[in-house]
Amino acid sequence: MTSIFRKAYFFLIGLFLALPLIVVAGVSVNAKQTLAFPPQSFSLSWYGEIFFNPEWRSALFASVTLALLSAALAVAIALPLAWFLWRRIAPWANIFQVLGVAPFTLPPVITALGMLTFWATVGFYGQPWTAVVSHAIFFVTLPLVTLSLGFTSIDRSLVEAASTMGADERTIFRTVVLPLILPYIVSGYAFAFVLSLNEYIVAYMTVGFTMETLPIKIFNALRYGYTPTMASVTVLFVTTAAVIFGLVARFGDLPKLLGAMSSDGK
Amino acid sequence: MRREPPQTLGDYAPLLFPAAMLTIFFVVPFGTMIAVSFFQRQQGGFYTPAFVFDNYARFLSAFFGGVLGFSLLLAITVAICCVVLALPFTYMLTRMGRKVQVLWLVALLSILSLSEVIIGFAWSTLFSRTAGITNILVALGVMSEAKALTPSFGAVLTGMVYQAFPYTVLVLFPALVRLDPTLTEAARTLGASPLKAFFTVVVPALRNTITATLIMVFIFALGSYLLPQLLGRPQHWTLSVLITDQAIYQSNMPFAAAMAVFLVLVTLGLVALTVIAGRKGEAA
Repeated sequence: MTSIFRKAYFFLIGLFLALPLIVVAGVSVNAKQTLAFPPQSFSLSWYGEIFFNPEWRSALFASVTLALLSAALAVAIALPLAWFLWRRIAPWANIFQVLGVAPFTLPPVITALGMLTFWATVGFYGQPWTAVVSHAIFFVTLPLVTLSLGFTSIDRSLVEAASTMGADERTIFRTVVLPLILPYIVSGYAFAFVLSLNEYIVAYMTVGFTMETLPIKIFNALRYGYTPTMASVTVLFVTTAAVIFGLVARFGDLPKLLGAMSSDGK
Repeated sequence: MRREPPQTLGDYAPLLFPAAMLTIFFVVPFGTMIAVSFFQRQQGGFYTPAFVFDNYARFLSAFFGGVLGFSLLLAITVAICCVVLALPFTYMLTRMGRKVQVLWLVALLSILSLSEVIIGFAWSTLFSRTAGITNILVALGVMSEAKALTPSFGAVLTGMVYQAFPYTVLVLFPALVRLDPTLTEAARTLGASPLKAFFTVVVPALRNTITATLIMVFIFALGSYLLPQLLGRPQHWTLSVLITDQAIYQSNMPFAAAMAVFLVLVTLGLVALTVIAGRKGEAA
């Protein structure tokens, strides 16, 4: 395809993707509390609002805590599972791989509703920790996929060599497997963290009536009209995601993680 | 170390925690939801164990049929728009330098991870009267005065294409990277224009990938639960929105669960189709 056509096409797609975010960034620095673009006067006070307004700050705190804990739990579930599937021949155990991928494949509202009926039935509905467990299950797919990819890229002869030299299973895992798999653990954690930070429906259906995460807070605020803090939080979220994925790309192989070369490792 | 079957019971130990977590917190909740879908609804938001088909019988109403038809139609439209836009984009992206590729992938991932709340808010701002895109058109002299473009079907569609576009690119990306570049080179050497090579060589070679991607984006769009609510009118509500509405605001859990079970069945049927399309792709 000709170069001009390609440039124009990429420019238009880029514009389509960036336009809403540019406008939101614009209204977020508007000094007045009205929704206007281009901004009439410049102010960063709506960014301060996220950290100084007690309601927004507690929502920020809730979101970050939820994302940190649920991503950790998701990795804790995915790592032994991916390791087992790589180390052992146990075809029936693949059922857990399917279970791990299912919540993410199905429409999110289904996982959310399943969690709601479950927590309501067992009587823990509304407890903050139920959101951590729900998010961990909902996002376990991400570390599971990155880790499975990571394990397939490990050269088995390395492990074989360690075994021949007399290392036991535990030593091999700690000294050979873990260092090789670490980048995949980090990127799996990063993906789960960013998505958990942004997740609305599962969080809303599990703890929506007792606590507010940032997406829940934005949605609730949206129903009563507009405040510029929504815009500043949006910019904060986009920046956070871009920085984290940028770091993953900087220290890992992003095209490979996204499946560009997954057939090589097998 | 070669892969070997587990010999002792101890070899199964690593599986214990993941298996327990997934069973207790995914299989059991899923089962609970299916059970609740057969329960009897009581006044005031409660429900009692029973085995009735009332909740499923409500599917037969014209209202439900309308919502279902609209949901499917909307998801199909989103899937087609996304694949048509994303296929040439991803194809050209895979032929670019690594640095440019990574930059675009980071941008796409960042947008993909955005909450529907945020996407909905961003587009409602862009489509608003006071801060929206129509102001630019007025400044350019195309329109006489700014107006709100939301709520409308166009706004819902745009928002959902925006949400699903990065997903479509990421689904297409691996298949297009692996596409043999000599295929198009051969066509070019034989005198085909780049556009002709794309449509006569790349698109047919990827037929099964395209089918699978269409279905996956369709499922993704079917799951959109907030955008139709934030950018559309009540007649633009989809099955996902309706499920949320019944569960939270109407407190009718059994009916919400029945609709969710139905949505699962539709999705699973489509996943099966994707797998079949994928198998055919491998055989070809």
